[in-house]
Parts: sequence; C-alpha cells; structure tokens
Amino acid sequence: METLFFLLVSLVAIVSAILVVTCRNPINSALSLILTFFCLATYYVLLDAPFLAAVQVMVYAGAIMVLIVFTIMLLNIRVNATKSQSHKIVLGMIIGFFTLLNTAVIVFKSRVALPTGPLTGEIIKQQGHTELIGREMFTTFLLPFEITSILLLVAIVGAVILAKKKI
Amino acid sequence: MENLNGYLIISAILFSIGTIGVLTRKNAIVIFMCVELMLNAVNLTFVALSRHLGNLDGQVFVFFVMTVAAAEAAVGLALMIAFYNNKESIDVDDINLMKW
Repeated sequence: METLFFLLVSLVAIVSAILVVTCRNPINSALSLILTFFCLATYYVLLDAPFLAAVQVMVYAGAIMVLIVFTIMLLNIRVNATKSQSHKIVLGMIIGFFTLLNTAVIVFKSRVALPTGPLTGEIIKQQGHTELIGREMFTTFLLPFEITSILLLVAIVGAVILAKKKI
Repeated sequence: MENLNGYLIISAILFSIGTIGVLTRKNAIVIFMCVELMLNAVNLTFVALSRHLGNLDGQVFVFFVMTVAAAEAAVGLALMIAFYNNKESIDVDDINLMKW
C-alpha cells in the first residue's frame, strides 16, 4: 500500500516537474512548481518528518511561491509567440541526461556506509519530530543558526536597495 | 526505510529536470524556479538519508537550505525587477551589459 502511494506521488511529482520546464507561460510553470512542492511535503510525511513537511508547505509553497507569482504578475510579461522560448535544447537535454545517469550509477553502485545515529521511528513518535529538531538546532547548530539571521538581514537590505529606483 | 533507493532516484530525476530547465529556458523567472526545483531535490536526498541513518543533522541542514532559498528569492526577484525597469524584458539573452 505504501509502495503504491509512493509510486503515485512520484508520478505526480515528475509530471509536474516536467511541466515546470515545458510550459510557455511562467504562471503555469509556477503553479506546477507548487504541485511539486506539495509532493515533496508528502515525501517528508512518509519519511517521518512531519515538521519539515509543514515548513515545506508554509515556506516554499506559501512564502516563496507567492513572491514569485507576485513578481510574474507585477512584470506582466507578454509571451511572444513568434520568438522561441528556449535555446540549445539538445545540448541541455544531453547534459541533463548525463547528470541523471551519473547520479543513478552512484545510487545503484555505492553503499551507504556512514556512521548511523540512534534515531528510529519509535523515538520520533514518542518525543515528537518538532522537539527533536529544535533540540538539535539550538544545541549543536546554535552558531550556524545565529549566522542565518545575519544572512536574512543582508537579504532584506539587499532586496530593498535593488528594488528601489533611487536610494 | 527499505525504500531509500526510490527516494534517491526520484531526487536525481527532479534534479536532472531542474538542470535541463536551467540550461534550456530563456525566461529568467522560469530559470529561477528551476533552481528552486534543484534545491528541493537536494533537500529530499538530505531527508531520506537522514532518516535512513537515524541522524537528525541532515534535517537541520534542510532548514539552512530553505533559509538560503528564501534569501535568494528575495534578492533574485529584486534583481529581476530592477533589470525589467531598465530593459523591459527578462530574457537572459538580453542581460549582456557585463558581457565581454
């Protein structure tokens, strides 16, 4: 049953990802991308990471995609039917195919032999995924977490300066 | 989690589709969305391996990737608006001011 569900979600994810690349209108691409993000959130639920699934829906499908759709509608780009929308299709397909081949060979030929941690499905269910993530983030990864806030501040200042016509 | 290879293959396929999109499309916003798709494919690999190994470090990394993606979205879209104000277009072929 779980395998069937996994295959179904995979089908939707791959088809919508292909639509992101092939749609002529950027709005359709953006809507397909939102569908892909929802499929990824489903994968996170299947992988016992419900908090990450919620964050995926809120941050990606919510915040970032709203920003992108707003920009597309703000710029109001007319799709020029006569002008070609893409270039170097064959070269891009070849490079993408080799990327896929490369990763597939790595996945099937190699073996995951990293040190394993103590986490199992039962521990996640007992303690709660959110609590485990929070504990990890505020102890082991405290310094990167604080640096992240500086990154966001820089991004805010940069976005305001770039979008203004005159400072 | 016997299904690790399935997740990794899905992630590889999504990453390759994103690569093809970045290399073939002309619209800068679509290229930007394909970059987001590639970032998400890598996130899926992180979460699948983290669950497989029983170690939460990978899932914390996903948070940092999401933060970087949010910052990138803000700055990148501001750049596109600034460029559109100058050239009335967001084709990457028209972005040639700094081309040698």
